[in-house]
Amino acid sequence: MEKDTGYTSKADEFLQMFKKGEEFTKEILKENEKLRYRIVELEGSLEKSGDNARTRLYEDRIKLLEEELNSLKEKFKEVAEENKDFATKYLEVEEENNNLANLYVASYQLHSTLDFSEVLRIVLEIVINLIGAEKFSIILIDDKTNELVPVATEGMAIADAPKVKIGEGIIGKVAREGESFFAENLMKAGEYNPFEPIVCIPLKIKEHVIGVLSIYKLFTQKAGFSNVDYELFNLLAGHAATAIFSSRLYTQSERKLTTIQSFLDLLKDKPKK
Amino acid sequence: MPNILVVEDSPTMRQLISFAMKRIPNAVVIEATDGVDALKKLSSDIKIDLILADINMPVMDGLKLVSLVRGNPSFKDIPIIMVTTEGAEEDRKRAIAIGANAYLPKPIQTQELLKLVTTFLSDKSK
Repeated sequence: MEKDTGYTSKADEFLQMFKKGEEFTKEILKENEKLRYRIVELEGSLEKSGDNARTRLYEDRIKLLEEELNSLKEKFKEVAEENKDFATKYLEVEEENNNLANLYVASYQLHSTLDFSEVLRIVLEIVINLIGAEKFSIILIDDKTNELVPVATEGMAIADAPKVKIGEGIIGKVAREGESFFAENLMKAGEYNPFEPIVCIPLKIKEHVIGVLSIYKLFTQKAGFSNVDYELFNLLAGHAATAIFSSRLYTQSERKLTTIQSFLDLLKDKPKK
Repeated sequence: MPNILVVEDSPTMRQLISFAMKRIPNAVVIEATDGVDALKKLSSDIKIDLILADINMPVMDGLKLVSLVRGNPSFKDIPIIMVTTEGAEEDRKRAIAIGANAYLPKPIQTQELLKLVTTFLSDKSK
């Protein structure tokens, strides 16, 4: 009996312990659950805060890239504008080059000879080919008569080119004043009047006028004058005048030299008495 | 190296065109003063790639030259550009009918001439 009582108290004690163990386990499980929940909660918040940071980072990057894109767009616009400028300048330089080549060739040809008739031919060539005149005359001042006398023509007979007194009409006025004349209507229809040129350019050595270039008609394809034409007129006014004047002097002195030489030869050959 | 034959009686125009042709890389300019002179140059050892010819010339004019060139099997394919003071449409039509490839009235615009020459030379090299 005493033995039975001992067993019962031990079983109670065990049961008590078991119950305590059960309670403790329950408590631990509860605590564990709480901790798990907290972990999930913390993990969630951590993930959330990571996303925000990443979003902020991406936003910053996008902002930076957008700024860069805008600045590149701006630069591209500037470069395109610059390119456009360069293209325009290139065309201008090309045109200027071509004009200079025309002027160079004209000037080179004008001073390539000292033969008077050759110089006149070159002036005619320049006016035909580089300016595009169909009907014109070169008229020089005769110092003895003080008259303007035609020496070369194109598209018209030399007899049809007028002799003009200095100061008379458009041609005479240009010769007196040394200022170029350009008619308002360059494409005059109908018959030309030899006293009314559409363009009249004085041929000058410094301020001294030696003659004029008188244009009556341009080629049908020549609608008007460009910058290079005015440059050519300026070149002709100066260089053609010098070339004409010096070649005329040279031809005259050559002629005189030949006459003197012939005279000397004649004297040498004269039989002695 | 393209060989360009410039047929012009005017020394000023010959010089001006030769000057312009310097802008075409490696181009060699051969000058002739009229149609007969041009035919002599064509018959020489130099192979001509393009002809630039005036119409009004002494001895033999440009139109006669074009018809002779087109009638010769050795030269018939050489491109010919007429450079002339004759600006009327009927003159242009006549030159094209005879066999000219292009027609450029004087005074010439160098840029226009260069463009034409470059086009014909590149077409030929294809």
